[in-house]
Amino acid sequence: MEKRELICIGCPLGCPLTVTIDGEKITVAGNTCKRGEDYGKKEVTNPTRVVTSSVPVDGGEIPMVSVKTREDIPKGKIFDCMAEIRRASIKAPVHIGDVVIHDCAGTGVDIIATKNVAEQ
Amino acid sequence: MSEMNYDVAVIGGGVIGCCVARELSRYQLKVCLIERDEDVCSGTSKANSAIVHGGFDAEPGSLKARFNVEGNRMMGELAEELDFDFKRNGSYVLCFDQEDMPALQALYEKGLKNGVEGMSIVTGDEVRRAEPSVEDTVVAALYVPSGGIVCPFGLTIAMAENAADNGVDFQFLTEVQDIKRAENGYELTTGRGKITAGIVVNAAGVYADKFHNMVSGEKLHITARKGDYCLLDKEAGGLVSSTIFQLPGKMGKGVLVTPTVHGNLLTGPTAVDVEDKEQTSTDAKALESLMEKAGRGVKNIPFRQVITSFAGLRAHEDGDDFVVGEAKDAPGFFDAAGIESPGLSSAPAIGKWMAEQIAEKTGAKKKDSWNGKRRGIVRPELLDKEARAELIRQNPAYGTIICRCESVSEGEIVDAITRTLGAKSLDGIKRRVRQGMGRCQAGFCTPRTMEILSRELGIKMEEICKNAPGSEMLTGQK
Amino acid sequence: MRHDIVIIGGGPAGLAAAAAARKAGIQDILILERDSSLGGILNQCIHNGFGLHTFKEELTGPEYAARYIAMVEEEQIPYRLNTMVIDINEKKEVTIISRENGMETIQAGAVILAMGCRERPRGALNIPGYRPAGIYSAGTAQRLMNIEGYSVGKEVVILGSGDIGLIMARRMTLEGAKVKVVAELMPYSGGLKRNIVQCLDDYGIPLKLSHTVVNIEGRERVTGITLAQVGPDRKPIPGTEEHYSCDTLLLSVGLIPENELTREAGVKMNPVTSGPNVNDRLETSREGIFACGNVLHVHDLVDYVSEEATLAGTNAAAYVRRTQESGDSHTVSLRAENGIRYTVPQSMDTAHMNDQVVVRFRVADVYKDRYISVYFDGERVLHRKKRVLAPGEMEQVALKKADLSRYPELKEIVFCTEVE
Repeated sequence: MEKRELICIGCPLGCPLTVTIDGEKITVAGNTCKRGEDYGKKEVTNPTRVVTSSVPVDGGEIPMVSVKTREDIPKGKIFDCMAEIRRASIKAPVHIGDVVIHDCAGTGVDIIATKNVAEQ
Repeated sequence: MSEMNYDVAVIGGGVIGCCVARELSRYQLKVCLIERDEDVCSGTSKANSAIVHGGFDAEPGSLKARFNVEGNRMMGELAEELDFDFKRNGSYVLCFDQEDMPALQALYEKGLKNGVEGMSIVTGDEVRRAEPSVEDTVVAALYVPSGGIVCPFGLTIAMAENAADNGVDFQFLTEVQDIKRAENGYELTTGRGKITAGIVVNAAGVYADKFHNMVSGEKLHITARKGDYCLLDKEAGGLVSSTIFQLPGKMGKGVLVTPTVHGNLLTGPTAVDVEDKEQTSTDAKALESLMEKAGRGVKNIPFRQVITSFAGLRAHEDGDDFVVGEAKDAPGFFDAAGIESPGLSSAPAIGKWMAEQIAEKTGAKKKDSWNGKRRGIVRPELLDKEARAELIRQNPAYGTIICRCESVSEGEIVDAITRTLGAKSLDGIKRRVRQGMGRCQAGFCTPRTMEILSRELGIKMEEICKNAPGSEMLTGQK
Repeated sequence: MRHDIVIIGGGPAGLAAAAAARKAGIQDILILERDSSLGGILNQCIHNGFGLHTFKEELTGPEYAARYIAMVEEEQIPYRLNTMVIDINEKKEVTIISRENGMETIQAGAVILAMGCRERPRGALNIPGYRPAGIYSAGTAQRLMNIEGYSVGKEVVILGSGDIGLIMARRMTLEGAKVKVVAELMPYSGGLKRNIVQCLDDYGIPLKLSHTVVNIEGRERVTGITLAQVGPDRKPIPGTEEHYSCDTLLLSVGLIPENELTREAGVKMNPVTSGPNVNDRLETSREGIFACGNVLHVHDLVDYVSEEATLAGTNAAAYVRRTQESGDSHTVSLRAENGIRYTVPQSMDTAHMNDQVVVRFRVADVYKDRYISVYFDGERVLHRKKRVLAPGEMEQVALKKADLSRYPELKEIVFCTEVE
């Protein structure tokens, strides 16, 4: 049986979690909400993160558009994703939710725009 | 630049070099000014007390006394002519102990001998009536109504611009490496080629000894004496209206507390001799002692409102006086060396005297076309509402505020970049229009100012420097 | 020119205030924004973590801003970009300046201050050393990176563990820079715990508490810095110096509400928050001038900024429409003591209050297993145990009208922490 002390990153509350791993059985204590339980379980089995960055816009009224992974991706894939994001660019106009990269770095998760950028 | 010939080459674009160059520009002489950095006012002249001293402090008969009193008298008219910020705010030298009264009296008499006008010794209560923040322990003070404050950047840059407008060549990013006597004067080896000149003016600040010693057997030795300062927010600027000095006493030499011409409060300097003539880093202990000393003369200085601290170097020559004039064993080599305090106050007088000497030696005549007037950068903030509105109608760039803290518009920044000897770096803009000099210290306006510099100079954002090359702000595109 | 409500600032506070004022029936609203777009600082906060409270989902800064911008656009609330307010006077005359229209003066029926805050610069810390390029406040670096697309440095030390510093530690790491260490003067972090986990721990970036920068090297560009441990007096301990080579020093050492205009309007300021004093309607000491968001006090969460701004917008509307309840007011002052640094609001009118008033405050130190207590004229009416209290995390307590109505003679409400 293994015990791990974590801080939940689900919301700004930052609850201190105690996650107990007993073979297949994982229990989470210290959380205030369901989000905390999910986070605790995931963090000890398959930790994931949302990655955000910005990419150049061609012909936009501003030079860069902010982007994010549509969902969280495995922690180990963060730098692979960033490598693809750093090579990416998009044509204006851009709308929130527009796909910038399909299936980024084999995660199955798209990179989407998080800002509207009009044409110049 | 490969090889160039001049009648006069001025080494150093500090306040002295620029004052000499401007005075020389009156004459029919081909003059260049050689500056190591990317802009004038980049060394000692940029970091000092910004004071126009009365002239009571220097030893009677010294060059310091003579040039200080004369420079002080010239300053008002020059400020009008060249449109830089100067204010005769008066100064007090505080005396903390009855035992020190003879020393205060001696200072007064020294001032009289030096020709300082209007001085008086006043009681502690009289000082406090004029300056309520002066400490209760003060028993008397020397009042010097001719004392003033000046913008050292404004003075230096105005001199430089006017010199350039009257034909002086400015060679920036040019470091003099060697000076040799040549047939009709001197040959200067620089990082960007050779320059020959009949006359050389050595106004190289802390390096003036190095250049002097290249051509003269009568060696000079200059020590860099570092002084740390604290600059406080404009909210604290009204704490005193005069410049407050402390009479050296049992507690050692004090520090001054003064408003600046732009309404901040400045206090300093400390004094530490340093080996390295580039050593302008501030020191925690020095800053601490500075605050403690400043507090002895003026009550309730809100050091919470320090917006920046900085250090400058004074070029102290072993002989303890300015070394101004032609080197005895090097004809045509004119020194302006050992220019420490009151150097800023003395600069106009040194420039005038030096140019006259050179004109006499070379027999140069005055130009017919010389124009001593220079128009400063328009400051919309100081205009009345209608005038400001009209300015924006004529040039909408004055309607875009870039620096919020100092209320600096795009129009002013563009003017700073595009005028004679325009700014090429962020510091250059800051010294001309005060962008980034306010309480947020360029937090908001840095990106915007960089964009304007990039656009106006046609250079990439990554090429923009804080000051000289090597001080690039960015490390590439993301 | 006259407008019923003039809102200064088109960031999250200004936008939410505008939406609320319109909802409360005010047609004639004008938002003044100095930047070239609405959204304020959220535009450069491209990370996620916004909106859980307001929208029950996790958004990035630009997405959160876009929701409020959409409300303003849908309601066709007028706004002016690239317009700087240079003065507000006691008569609520607002002087503005812009490229297109030059100088103009607007007579406002009510003013809502929503100018936000700025970062504390290096000078305020008096960090010794040289003054080379490569010293950035974290927010300036954030703008250059996220909005303009430039890299500001390759080897980085960050001083201050405020949220922007933590976020930038991760951001620069993701963009290929090496963030060597984050140093924090205080014995606790100024940022949210979750940001320490996901911005520092995730990337193995050390956080050194009770440390500060004691020297900056490099004449042109930063070449290195020296860190030292500090004692309980926050002074460096000799012999603990450690050198780090780096080309960049980011500062995340605190935020200061931007209240230059507020002071000019003759509004009474609070020395602890650096914002104006306000009552429960978020009205300042000048009638008809309201304040909300980071100009009032620095928040950790934009969600609470929006909530506060909504209240300011609603109350400004009531002021303009003269629909405030009339009759004698009963002013009660709010005071913070014993471990609580301040409260916002600083006073309230219990005769005309809403059903509840949310009082926000910060504690002075990190406390474990302490109580937050509220006293009505010496009688304890609230005693709430908290596992952890930290200065970096704003706390709040709601005061209910129903409870207050039982204390008709109430003069003062005191907020404090208690060990038991």
